[in-house]
Amino acid sequence: MTTTVTQYQADFPILGRQIHGHRLVYLDSAATSQKPRAVLDAEFEYYRHSNANILRSVHTLAEESTEAYEATRREVARFIGAPRPEEVIFTRGTTESLNLVARGWGDAHLEAGDVVVVTLLEHHSNLIPWQQLVRRKGAELRYIELNADGTLSMESAERAIDERTKVVAVTQTSNVLGTIPPIATLAELAHRVGAILVVDGAQSVPHQLIDVVRLGADFLAFSGHKMYGPTGVGVLWGRMNHLESMDPVLYGGEMIGLVERDHATWADIPQRFEGGTPNIAGVVGLRSAIHYLEQVGLTTVETHERALAEMAYHRLQNMPGVTVYGPSRDRGALVAFNVDGIHPHDLAQALDAEGVAIRAGHHCAQPLMQWLGVTATARASFGLYNDENDVEALETAIHRAQRYFQR
Amino acid sequence: MNLDDMYRETILDHNQMPRNKGTLARPTHTVGLLNPTCGDSIRIDVLIEDGKVADIRFDGQGCAISMASASMLTQAVKGRTVDEALNLARDFKQFLLGQDPNRDLGELAALEGVSHFPSRVKCATLAHNALQKALSEGGGEPPR
Repeated sequence: MTTTVTQYQADFPILGRQIHGHRLVYLDSAATSQKPRAVLDAEFEYYRHSNANILRSVHTLAEESTEAYEATRREVARFIGAPRPEEVIFTRGTTESLNLVARGWGDAHLEAGDVVVVTLLEHHSNLIPWQQLVRRKGAELRYIELNADGTLSMESAERAIDERTKVVAVTQTSNVLGTIPPIATLAELAHRVGAILVVDGAQSVPHQLIDVVRLGADFLAFSGHKMYGPTGVGVLWGRMNHLESMDPVLYGGEMIGLVERDHATWADIPQRFEGGTPNIAGVVGLRSAIHYLEQVGLTTVETHERALAEMAYHRLQNMPGVTVYGPSRDRGALVAFNVDGIHPHDLAQALDAEGVAIRAGHHCAQPLMQWLGVTATARASFGLYNDENDVEALETAIHRAQRYFQR
Repeated sequence: MNLDDMYRETILDHNQMPRNKGTLARPTHTVGLLNPTCGDSIRIDVLIEDGKVADIRFDGQGCAISMASASMLTQAVKGRTVDEALNLARDFKQFLLGQDPNRDLGELAALEGVSHFPSRVKCATLAHNALQKALSEGGGEPPR
């Protein structure tokens, strides 16, 4: 068990809070992570010092703002190993990024009879855009099924991905089971039939080193707010040849070339896909979050969080009356579970009374809940600021909840 | 925060031993509702005879608050007229929004603690919304 990371707790002002008289034990980073002081300061400082709209004005503030915005694009590209900064498109978050692919690429390329393949693990944001796309096109949606332990069935993947497949959309880490699908293998299966691979990186990019080229992905979507950055900013990375074949989705300011009364031409990529004034301060904050993550070191983060998640999984598994879900090894930084006789909402309420913040619900993955045969689960998820004490606090709070509700 | 403010004995009792749980063979009114924030579901079957709630059952899955609330509600409206039942559901919902109901809500008053937790008000009112829907919109096919 590494303890080297917990020194970073002090970087997160919110972790000093007391909740109902207890130390805050924040175990909901998969929903959103807390923000280090550096990110808060960067956003504040941007508004205090440089605030202006980007791209259009020539005054000093606009130059500074544009430079800060574009510098972040270069940083993001470097961070995820993207060959070109222009391949990085800023969005509001993963949901908007995935909708942009489904609308922009899907509408341009799909025809009736084509197939989109997703997995049973997908968050609604990597499912509903595809459901809607196949409805618009008269195409077909197929699922890659799961093995009993919640890992992806590769036989099912090989059956689902065939010559008619145009898109394979998959999460890099399940937000419920923690499953880590074999992206490289799926990329091979997709590319063999000429399909593109769309990767939902919302639960992976904050927790491990990413290299989009090595990954074999055609698109990668992720959110700033789950990687210690601000809410309201996210990224869609796509290979340039794919981006060039897409139509814009948001029409308006900043995304045009020449506008006449009856028609318009589009700006170059990436501005073509960034209609309207973006969340400039959020983008500036994201840059600071990337620097923060790199300062800690992605390898350190990954090693620490995986160890923590495995420890939590096994400790909860050994508690009487507790069921844990998903694979026991090679899992992301979270554990979903249920406690016999206590609905997850009641459990979350009881844990909150002890200062322990967890998530309860269907986690925006209802088809997966149906597969698990439950309507909801509790979920504890970890960030770089969590440590063994937090897992112990979780365990103790669950014990107390069991005594409380089963009196 | 004291958990007992929310989970009073009455609530835990109704949660552990729900009254009127199940379905009716021949309901005159039936409705299913989902709480989309958590995936909880409820179905309410009502048998109206001579303008009164002759029988009522609820079925579903949910937290202690939603299940206890449904159990208490079915007890409270059994034997009442349709109007009385609708008024009770309305007054209870206002009560959870912090307004004085100007009446005795009976056991349902035990859910007062929920009014301090906006995210849980939806749990406590799920059955009431279902009952209002069933009685005001009339019958229909039970949800599958």
